[in-house]
Amino acid sequence: MSAVAHGAGAPAAPAGPDTATRGKFLPYLLLLPGALWLLIFFVVPLAQLFTVSLQSQFPGYPGYYYRDVNFRNYLDAFTEFAPHFGRSLLFAGLATFFAFALSYPLAYAMAFKAGRWRSLMMICIIAPFFTSFILRTIAWRQILADEGPVAKVLNTLHLLPGGHITETWMAVVAGLTYNFLPFMVLPIYASLERVDPRVLEAGGDLYANGFTTFRTVTLPMSMPGVLAGTLLTFIPAAGDYVNAELLGSDRSTKMVGNVIESQFFKVPGGYPTAAALSFTLMALILALVFVYVRRFGTDELV
Amino acid sequence: MKGRIPPADPGVRALIRSARASQLSRRNLLSIGAAGASAAALSACAPPKPPAGGVAALKLPTDVSAEEKIVRWANWTAYLDYDDTTQKYPSLEAFIKKTGIQATYSEDIDDNDSYVSKVRPQLEAGQDIEKDIITLTDWMANRLIRDRLIQPLELIQMPNAGNLLPALREVSFDPGRNYSLTWQSGFAGIGYDKAKVGRELKSLDDLFSPDLKGKITVLSEMRDTLGLIMAWQGVDISGNWGKPEFDKAIAKVDELLTGGFIRRVKGNAYMNDLKSGNAIAGIVWSGDLFILRAETENDNWEFTIPESGGTLWSDNLMVPITSTHRRNAEALMNYYYDPAVAAEVAAYVNYVCPVVGAQQEMEKLDPDLAQSPLIFPTEDYLTKSNIKGFRALTAAEDQEYSAEWAKVVGN
Repeated sequence: MSAVAHGAGAPAAPAGPDTATRGKFLPYLLLLPGALWLLIFFVVPLAQLFTVSLQSQFPGYPGYYYRDVNFRNYLDAFTEFAPHFGRSLLFAGLATFFAFALSYPLAYAMAFKAGRWRSLMMICIIAPFFTSFILRTIAWRQILADEGPVAKVLNTLHLLPGGHITETWMAVVAGLTYNFLPFMVLPIYASLERVDPRVLEAGGDLYANGFTTFRTVTLPMSMPGVLAGTLLTFIPAAGDYVNAELLGSDRSTKMVGNVIESQFFKVPGGYPTAAALSFTLMALILALVFVYVRRFGTDELV
Repeated sequence: MKGRIPPADPGVRALIRSARASQLSRRNLLSIGAAGASAAALSACAPPKPPAGGVAALKLPTDVSAEEKIVRWANWTAYLDYDDTTQKYPSLEAFIKKTGIQATYSEDIDDNDSYVSKVRPQLEAGQDIEKDIITLTDWMANRLIRDRLIQPLELIQMPNAGNLLPALREVSFDPGRNYSLTWQSGFAGIGYDKAKVGRELKSLDDLFSPDLKGKITVLSEMRDTLGLIMAWQGVDISGNWGKPEFDKAIAKVDELLTGGFIRRVKGNAYMNDLKSGNAIAGIVWSGDLFILRAETENDNWEFTIPESGGTLWSDNLMVPITSTHRRNAEALMNYYYDPAVAAEVAAYVNYVCPVVGAQQEMEKLDPDLAQSPLIFPTEDYLTKSNIKGFRALTAAEDQEYSAEWAKVVGN
């Protein structure tokens, strides 16, 4: 506890009785609850997880492990579960792409064309959130089931090579796309809504046709929303395990989240591997996001 | 410090104990553990002393059964008589009425591993898991009793416990039944929808045939799925088989999964796949198919023991080390060992009833069921059908095989 108290107490301490300095430190004081929250519920568990990821199996005592500095866990975890990492990134990437393809026209319509239907559309996007995420995913299992409407139609048209949709990557990507769609729509809508219609009119005045105006004015102005939306979709989708668990198969669609779950909960003594996998996933996503933001996110992000 | 560093688990446990004394929340505890762990991580490289395990004396919590008349029971899906119209468990309601003990029942357990992995850290830290009875399969009961996470039962409080079938009294993991009492036993075998499959499935060769490809579900319980497959490969699963036999069975599962025969490997949730038609056959537990018949109002669900043999397992009622309502838990166990009550439950769940005298009681309820070998199997039936228990694994085998099983089913 002492470490926690120290870190937290430090910025608050100078805000003493001296009223002149109080104003100066007020922002830090306001920051304190958030910082404390992050420290206790993010930094400290992260450090704990990191130490677990370096522990070693206790020889001869299955399920027990001892403190150690064992970086082999990382190598083992990565080499053994490389396909799962690949799938996580691929599925999350596909889901982000599809969510974007669906969201942009939707957000565009809401921002510019919907008129009085705008709030109704907004409710339709947000309302599913009132039901549990798990329940909605299980409902997808029923919708995509072999006897369900989608699979039946596709089967009669001979468009389904394996004969079923659930237990394939299609179901997993569809589930991810559906579940994270609002995270894509809302930021894009927010940035499109801020676009001044006069700017678009100015585009027309300068002899640009509709498409050129969209390409050179609307799209660049909505980029902050697109960037935020893709990040909000990609990051949780890459770590998701519910969709792969409920909609996917045992072999070809499991993602990193599933391996972490089973190493934590099903394999005796799998804690260090699971922790190492969590850290590797975090590092991978951080690296990808860093490159992405560097490439596409200019100062407009703020 | 060198060589004297305590093993991680007891160390963390000690930290948690000291922290509890200073009234901290669970979140904070983790952070303390972290601070301790990171400090120790820097200095610790040599393997420490082995964990104490069974040497430590069992410390029982104070029993408050008399003041708090409650008992909280965690069980598997479709494992207690249930009335759809009242949405209640009739036998449990009768228990509440009779004893005044408020029993709460939850279908929390879908898989031994995932349930125990969730509660184990709390049990080890001595934190209440809010359950007074947990129901786990033999091999998992073995692990928990071995690790001192289960309270001993006072047989004197449970006169009906003497009704336990003689064959179940002396089990290797709990000689004399001091810690556990059988809830139900059952078989793993083939379950299928006769109308949809269109023929009878008598063996695993019938099950894994091309026309059922992608329509088959198997159990995530390693001992049942692998047990059936090993028996299919001619291994005596209760005998002294070793790694080569295990590897051969794992290779078969691998082949069936890669070939797309097996659609999913699942815990008790496989019943949903059978209901929705995503799967029409599979390796299942004996009682579930009867529940499925009632729930789907479809009498085509069939259960058979494959010709090569099936597995026999038991689930055991146990009082976790953190429970403060042991007496109430014992009252509940005693109640369910009354032959009349046991028969009532068996008539619904259709699993092997472990209570002597229940067969006679069943005669009154349903004479047909009293003759069912799936509820009251005779010694003769078990031998003829080659139904056996999966042999107990050593701790090292347990870990190695569990890891391989997890790998083959996709994680």
